Amino acid sequence: MKDFAALYDRLDRTTSTNAKVEAMADYFTAAAPADAAWALFFLTGRRLTRLMSVRQLARWVHDATGMPEWLVDESYANVGDLAETVALLLDDQTRGRPTASLPLHRWVTERILTLGKLSPELQQEAVVRWWRELDGRELFLFNKLLTGALRVGVSQTLVTRALAKVAGLPQAAIAHRLMGTWEPTPDLLKRLLDADASDGDRSRPYPFYLASPLDVAADALGEAGAWQAEWKWDGIRAQLVKRGGDVHLWSRGEELVTDRFPEITGKAAALPDGTVIDGEILAFRDGRPLPFAMLQQRIGRKKLTAAVLANAPVVFMTYDLLEENGVDVRELPLITRRALLEKVAPMFPASEVLGSATWAELGERRGEARELGVEGLMLKRKTSPYRAGRRRGDWWKWKIDPFSVDAVLTYAQPGSGRRSGLHTDYTFGVWEGGELTTIAKAYSGLGDAEIAALDRWIRAHTTEKFGPVRAVEPVHVFELHFEAIQLSGRHKAGLALRFPRIARWRTDKKAAEADTLDSLRKLLETPG
Amino acid sequence: MSYALLTLTSSGLYCPRGDFYIDPWRPVPRALITHAHGDHARWGMGSYTTAQAGVGLLRRRVGETADITGVAPGEELRFGELTVSFHPAGHVLGSSQIRVSDGREVWVCSGDYKRGEDPTCAPFEVVPCDVFITEATFALPIYSWAPGEVTAREILAWWDEGVRRDHACVLFCYALGKAQRILGELARLTDRPVYVHGAIAPSVEVYRETGVHLLPTLKVAETTKGTSFAGQLILAPSSAYGSTWLRRFGDYETAFASGWMRVRGNRRRRGYDRGFVLSDHADWHGLLTTIADTGARKVLATHGFKETLARVCRESGLEAEVLATEFNGETDEGEET
Repeated sequence: MKDFAALYDRLDRTTSTNAKVEAMADYFTAAAPADAAWALFFLTGRRLTRLMSVRQLARWVHDATGMPEWLVDESYANVGDLAETVALLLDDQTRGRPTASLPLHRWVTERILTLGKLSPELQQEAVVRWWRELDGRELFLFNKLLTGALRVGVSQTLVTRALAKVAGLPQAAIAHRLMGTWEPTPDLLKRLLDADASDGDRSRPYPFYLASPLDVAADALGEAGAWQAEWKWDGIRAQLVKRGGDVHLWSRGEELVTDRFPEITGKAAALPDGTVIDGEILAFRDGRPLPFAMLQQRIGRKKLTAAVLANAPVVFMTYDLLEENGVDVRELPLITRRALLEKVAPMFPASEVLGSATWAELGERRGEARELGVEGLMLKRKTSPYRAGRRRGDWWKWKIDPFSVDAVLTYAQPGSGRRSGLHTDYTFGVWEGGELTTIAKAYSGLGDAEIAALDRWIRAHTTEKFGPVRAVEPVHVFELHFEAIQLSGRHKAGLALRFPRIARWRTDKKAAEADTLDSLRKLLETPG
Repeated sequence: MSYALLTLTSSGLYCPRGDFYIDPWRPVPRALITHAHGDHARWGMGSYTTAQAGVGLLRRRVGETADITGVAPGEELRFGELTVSFHPAGHVLGSSQIRVSDGREVWVCSGDYKRGEDPTCAPFEVVPCDVFITEATFALPIYSWAPGEVTAREILAWWDEGVRRDHACVLFCYALGKAQRILGELARLTDRPVYVHGAIAPSVEVYRETGVHLLPTLKVAETTKGTSFAGQLILAPSSAYGSTWLRRFGDYETAFASGWMRVRGNRRRRGYDRGFVLSDHADWHGLLTTIADTGARKVLATHGFKETLARVCRESGLEAEVLATEFNGETDEGEET
């Protein structure tokens, strides 16, 4: 736990990505495999189930120290984070320094994960006893682990870079091995860092290559003829994996959704073994996409009845071929992969390649986007390899207005009128230096069923209450649309969004994947 | 007892029976000064009385021509029927508590103080009293300090890291008191010279003239253009943070030494690479212990979390109120006080 706390501090105190990579590389080099596996679990944004509320911890501090509750509250008002407040209250510099130091994996597996089986009284007794073994930052981390709220300000890309550095392997190889599901077991690191690339998991998808929003005029990209233009479909980005006779469908959120879309996986059975296709799951009828909400019906239902299947038919609109005959073809030029794709997967519609003689022509096509129910155009360099993660330069999304941002729900409060009692007024934040900075408030643009579901979730995952306002765990990502963005001295973020509204609930995204304040700042330079 | 020995007026804390003020904020004929920080020692008083060890610093603050009298620790002064004496407060060089007694009742005004050891000033002396006027800058239980030596080792480790990685280490701190304490603490661990900002250099000289042992210092302003600061420690006031003055240091890391750095958000909000928890004010334990040690039946709290401290005192059975003074304590905006 001490080493992990030291790593947390090193990561916390720098904004330099190189320094963060170096800190993690140092840690992974030195840490025991069992500890490194858990560290990786937390660094990649995975969480333990919340065992108790931080309020409960605050009560136990009150019980353990006799400190009046109002004093705990005063302290909290000054610190702003209750888990940190609890840690600071416990980390009295006049107490004896703890000597015992249990490794991270034992803290997690032998202690934290066993707490759930204890009665509340025994939980309290154990936690108070363990607090005495912890120092400074360790107390903070332990509290965050107990409350399921530990967040380390590093991206998956940085973790990947650190592991690649330790292993001496390409980042793409590590990124690939980190995909899908894995358990934080001692042999995890060995498998990740192994120079021998063969591995046993046949279901594993490749890291998605993500396009960047086009923030320059399109003609700054050079010859239009060097680019492959496609519609930007508004569905669920997914990878279809067919290996060893089995079909797996992965969403971009690295969730297996194979069972949700039988019409896709059924057709995929005819694919040759050793095929991986990148594409978009779309609710689709009569040659055009249905609203995203229709697709959500498919994800939300426990049972896929015939009625549901008929009401929200889906297609898998293919984009790209990543593996052919068991060979990774991501390094081939896009146009070559595209040709292979059409040959290998004729049973699926391939996303139409739009004629692209001039930018003016493409600009006009983009103008048709709203009418067609798509979000704009994708521009992909014809010679581009299939990269991992969001890399600028080769793939751009040229969306139509409005502006859009993926933000994390941070606070909620009940609405009034018809929706009084339900939490329908939301506050959203984007990432800035590892913290969520508030950028917009928006009243619900969600349907009644979603509002009800979100309301239940909010009540169960409140971290703090300020009168009617609830702070919630930063989990849910929403796509917000807005008309303009301006500098603002009155807002903490330094930016103000005009007419922000919720476009949709991005259940396919994790909080860590939400946008950053920097990406919003870039929009300031865009006309509109 | 008909009226208080000390009472709050628009000019400051006043002693009607002795006709003097303690740390007044408006010009008055006679001022007793606990210490030379700007919120306690101001221009324009008819006369100043302060601890002998603090005369040099006070003169720098209020001017060469000011009428300043220095008194030894514990030396008894008479103001009419009252006895007044200065006792070390352990805050900065020459900082004092001021004891006022009419023979029946004793009041002590603490000024700013700390209980932790500090190589650059005399340690806090417990002065038994009936009424204790205490600062409350850090009066929350989250504020708990490790000994200065422990923090000094952390600073040295950070500096050593700068040496290894060949970058400058710019440590922001209050120009008077904190800077010298850092130089004094580090002098026990190393003998490497430290660069100082122009706002810090003069008070460093005053400390040295008073006989306090500090690390050797070099003035940033006296370096020639192109001097490399790689691996060097530079002390600067926080007002220099974010200024073009920093450009000369090339590759550097920043840190801030303050009690406020105990809270993660305080450091992150201001963007320092490191925060070192080092304060010249009493922490929570220091405040409560001191109040108990004085045996005071009544506590008057000033600066910072004064309401919190007063409430805790009341809940433990003491009489306690807040005093609305114009002292700042150690503000988290980094103003020198």
